[in-house]
Amino acid sequence: MGRRQILAGAGVAALAAPGLARAQGEAIRIGEINSYTAQPAFLQPYRNAWLLAQEQVNAAGGINGRRLETVFRDDAGRPEDAVRLAGELVNAEKVSLLAGGFLSNVGLALADFANQNKRLFVASEPLTDALVWSRGNKYTFRLRASTYMQSAMLVEEAAKLPAKRWATVAPNYEYGQSAVRWFKELLSRAKPDVEFVAEQFPALGRIDAGATVQALAAANPEAIFNVTFGADLTNFVRQGSTRGLFERRRVVSLLTGEPEYLDPLGDEAPEDWIVTGYPWEQIDTPSHTPFREAYRRRWNDYPRLGSVVGYDTVMAIAALLRKTPTLETEALVEAMSGLKFQSVLGPVEFRAIDHQSTMGAFVGRTVLKNGKGSMADWRYADGKDYLPSDDVVRTLRPQA
Amino acid sequence: MENLVLQALSGLASASSLFLVASGLTVIFGVSRVVNFAHGSLYMLGAYLAWTLVTTLPRGHLGFWGGVIGAALLVGLIGLLVEVLLLRRIYRAPELFQLLATFGVVLIVQDLALMTWGAQDLLGPRAPGLRGSVEIVGLRFPLYELFLIGVGPVVLALLWLLFHRTRWGTLVRAATQDREMVGALGVNQRMLFTSVFFLGSLLAGLGGALQLPRESVNLHMDLSIITEAFVVVVVGGLGSLSGAALAALLIGELHAFGILIVPKITLVLVFLVMALVLVVRPHGLLGKPEAAARGGQGSAEPVIGPAPPALRWLALAALAVAVVLPPFLGDYAVSVLTELAIFVLFAASLHLIMGPGGMASFGHAAYFGLGAYGAALAAQWLGAPMLAGLALAPLMAGIFGLVFGYFCVRLSGVYAAMLTLAFAQIAWSVAFQWVEVTGGDNGILGVWPDAWAAPKLVYYYLALALCLGATLFLRRVVHAPFGYALRAQRDSTLRAEAIGIDAFRIRWLGFALAAAAAGIAGGLFAYGKGSVFPTYMGIPRSVDALLMVLLGGVQTLSGPIIGALAFTGLQEQLVRLTDLWRLILGCIIVLLVLFFPQGLAGAARARWEARHGDA
Repeated sequence: MGRRQILAGAGVAALAAPGLARAQGEAIRIGEINSYTAQPAFLQPYRNAWLLAQEQVNAAGGINGRRLETVFRDDAGRPEDAVRLAGELVNAEKVSLLAGGFLSNVGLALADFANQNKRLFVASEPLTDALVWSRGNKYTFRLRASTYMQSAMLVEEAAKLPAKRWATVAPNYEYGQSAVRWFKELLSRAKPDVEFVAEQFPALGRIDAGATVQALAAANPEAIFNVTFGADLTNFVRQGSTRGLFERRRVVSLLTGEPEYLDPLGDEAPEDWIVTGYPWEQIDTPSHTPFREAYRRRWNDYPRLGSVVGYDTVMAIAALLRKTPTLETEALVEAMSGLKFQSVLGPVEFRAIDHQSTMGAFVGRTVLKNGKGSMADWRYADGKDYLPSDDVVRTLRPQA
Repeated sequence: MENLVLQALSGLASASSLFLVASGLTVIFGVSRVVNFAHGSLYMLGAYLAWTLVTTLPRGHLGFWGGVIGAALLVGLIGLLVEVLLLRRIYRAPELFQLLATFGVVLIVQDLALMTWGAQDLLGPRAPGLRGSVEIVGLRFPLYELFLIGVGPVVLALLWLLFHRTRWGTLVRAATQDREMVGALGVNQRMLFTSVFFLGSLLAGLGGALQLPRESVNLHMDLSIITEAFVVVVVGGLGSLSGAALAALLIGELHAFGILIVPKITLVLVFLVMALVLVVRPHGLLGKPEAAARGGQGSAEPVIGPAPPALRWLALAALAVAVVLPPFLGDYAVSVLTELAIFVLFAASLHLIMGPGGMASFGHAAYFGLGAYGAALAAQWLGAPMLAGLALAPLMAGIFGLVFGYFCVRLSGVYAAMLTLAFAQIAWSVAFQWVEVTGGDNGILGVWPDAWAAPKLVYYYLALALCLGATLFLRRVVHAPFGYALRAQRDSTLRAEAIGIDAFRIRWLGFALAAAAAGIAGGLFAYGKGSVFPTYMGIPRSVDALLMVLLGGVQTLSGPIIGALAFTGLQEQLVRLTDLWRLILGCIIVLLVLFFPQGLAGAARARWEARHGDA
C-alpha cells in the first residue's frame, strides 16, 4: 500500500465515520485506472480531489444510503496494461463502472474494452476527439473539453489578432497533430487570408528547444500557436525568451494557463500569451469557492486543473447514480446520456448526441504576478458553445 | 543564411550536452563492458541534486557553480556505491546480466526521486553571468548555449589528457583493450573498475547538472536521455571518446537541420542515423573490433542436454495445473494466465537468439509488435477472421525478421543488439506516424476474437496451445542439428565455419525464426487485448523481454519460461498492491541479481547439480 493510499485511507475512515451511520448498505464500487506513475504531476492532485469528492458524497449520506468506494489502478502509461486492469476491476473487484484515463491511447483502449464488455466508462481526462467521435461508442462518455473544443476556443481569440503569418509547434503525437490540424482548419475558415509558414513537431518530452525555436524564428511568423506542455513547454519558453522568439509576436497556446504547466515556470512564465487554463485563485463562484477551500483544508495545497477533473468526475458519477435506482449498465448508460450536473466550473451536460460533456475551459492571457505566472482578462468558455453543429457531429460519429 | 548559422550553433550546443552524458557511458562500457542502463538515472540525479544545491546555496557564482560541481561529485559517489555494492559482485555473470541489475537501479531511482523531489517539474535558476544573449550575425543567441558549446571540447580535452598523460589513464586504456592481460600484469582491477565508474557517473551527473539553466528538471529525464546516449556511444564506437564526440556532433547537427526539412523526423532521426552507420561501419565510426574473447572470459556456456527426469515431471505437473485449474478460476485470473502464456513464448523466442544464438537483441518487441499489427491490420483492412490474422502474425514478423536480421546478424555483441533496437524504433515510428493505416499512437481498436473464441477460457486454451506448441518447437529446434549449428557458431564462429557451417546463414535463420515466434505471441496478444498500439513494439517492451530472459537465466532452456512467469507475475501483483511498485520491483530485481547471478533457472540447476552430480 502506498504512502498516499494509507493517508487517504485514514482520511476516508476519519471523515466517513459520521456518514457511515447514514450511508449503509453495500458500497457502490468505481474502478479508476490512470497513469499514476507515468504522469504524477497531473494525477496526484487529480486523485486527491477524487478522494475529497468521494468523502463529501459519503459524508452526505452516500448514494441512496450506499457508500461510494473507488479502486485505483496504475496503468503505468501502457494501454495494454490498462485493458488488463479493466478486466481485473470488472471481474475480480466487481466494480459497477469504470472511469479515468489520462493518455489518449489509454482512454481509447478502455473505451473499446467498455464497448466490448458492455460496461460504462466515464473518461475523465483523455483529450482525443476520436474518443467521442470517430471511435466513440455507446458505453463511453468524456468529461474534459476535447482537443477540438479547446482549439476552437483559442481560434476565436486568434481570429481577432491582426496576425496573418502563423507558425505552429506541437508534440509529435496524436494530441499535438489533431490540435494543429483543427487550429489550422478553423482559423483558415474564420480568416481565409491567414497562412501557415512553419510547423515544428518535437518528440514528446524530448524537445530540442534551441533548434526548434530557431527553426520557428527563421520563418519569421507574426504569431505562434503552441501545443507543447510540461517539460517541453518549459524548455521551449526558456530558449524562446532568451532568443527573443516571443518579442513582437503573439503566442496562442493550449493548456498553458493550467497551474500544472504554468507554475513550474515560476518567474519565467511568458507574459501576454493567449491560453486556455485554470486561474484557480481568482474564480470566486458559488460552485468553485467551496471546492477550493475544501481542497485546501483537506490537502493543504491549492487545486490544480487535474483536481477539478478528478472532483467533477466523481460528482458526475454521483449525479448519475442518484438518477438511476439500479447499477445495471444499460440503465446507467441510458441515464448518462443527457445527464446534467453542477460541476465546479458551472452546469455541465453529457450530450446525448456524442457523449461529450459541455465542461468548458478558461480562456485568458498570461501575466506575471508576484513572481508567478497567472491569468488575466479571463472568461469561462462554456464547452457547449464550442462544439460543431449536430449535423457535423453525426458525420464525425457515423457509427453511433 | 544567418538563420542557418544559428541553427548550426544550436546543433552544437545540443551535441555538447549529449557528448557529456555519452562520454561517461562510453568510458564505463569500454572498461567494464557493463551496459549501464542506470546512466540516465545518474544524469537525472545530477540535475535534481544540482537544483537542490543551487537553490539552497547563496546566490551568485560560487553558489551556482559550486552547486553544479557538488552535484556532479555526489552523483559520482552514488555511481561508486552502485558499483561497489552491486555491479562488482556480478562481473562474472553472463554477458548483459549487469543490464538487469542496472535496470533495477533505474526503477528504484524513479520512485526515490518522486518521493524526494515531488511530481512537479522543477525549474532551476539561470547561470549567473550567462543569463542573456549575444548578437551573432545579427541574431540573438543565448550565452549559456555558447558556454555549453565550449564545455564539450574542454571536457573532451581534459579526458584525453587524463587518459594519455596519467598512469591511471594508461591502465584504463589498457583495460579497455584487454582486461585479462591487465589483470595478469598485476594491476588491481577492482580499484580500476571502481574509479572508472566514479568518473563515468560524475560525467553523467555533470551532464545533468549543466542542463539546469537550460531545461526543467523532471522525472522523465532518465529514460529520455538514455537511449540517445546509447546511440551516441554505439555510433561513435564503443569505448571511443573521440567517436562519441563525433557521433554527438553528427546527431546534434543532423537534428538541427533535419527538422527544418522534415519537422516530424524528430521521433526516428537518431535511429535512422544509427542504422545507417552500423550497416556501413559495423563497429561504429571510430570503434575497433572487439578483441576475440578468450576462453577465460566469463564462464564457458554449458552444453545443453536433455532435461533431467525431475524437471520433466515438474514441467508435466505445471502443464497439468495450467490445463486443469483455469475452469475453476475467475475471468480475470484466466486473462492473466493467457498473458503469462504469451509472455512465455515471447521470452522463449528472444532466448533462442540470446542463449543458443549468442546474440543479444534490444529490439525484440519489434517482432512482437509486427505480429500484433499483422493480425490487427488484417482484421481492420481485410476483415480477416481471427485464425487468418493469427496465421498472418508470424508471417509478417518473420518476413521483417529476415529483412532486419540480414543486417543485424552480421554484427556482434552490443553493436548487433543496438542495430536491432534501431530497426525496432524505425518500425515503431512507422506505426506511430503512419496514421492513415495504423491509426498512429491511438492504435487499432476492435481486434476482438471471433465469437467461438470470445469466452476468456476458450481463448486461454487457444493461447496456451499455440504458445506451448511454439515454445516446445523452439526447444526442439535447439536440440536439432540446426540448434547444434547455432550453438557451434556462438561458441566459435571460426571453428564452426571450418567444419562447413555457414555461420551467417544459421544466425540469420535463427533470428527470423525467433522473430516469427515472437510474432505468434504478438498476434495472440492483439486479440487478447482487443487493440494494438505502437507501445507493443516500444523500447519498454523490448526491455521487458530482456529482463525475463536474464532473470530466468540465459544458459538454461527453462530460464526464459521461469523468467517470464516470475517477472510478469511479480509486476502484475505489485502494481495492484502499491503505488511504489517500481521501488519494490527494483529492489527485488537487485536482490535476485545478487543472489542468483545465473538467473533463477540457472541457480536451480546449479543447486540440483551440486546435489545430484552433473546431470
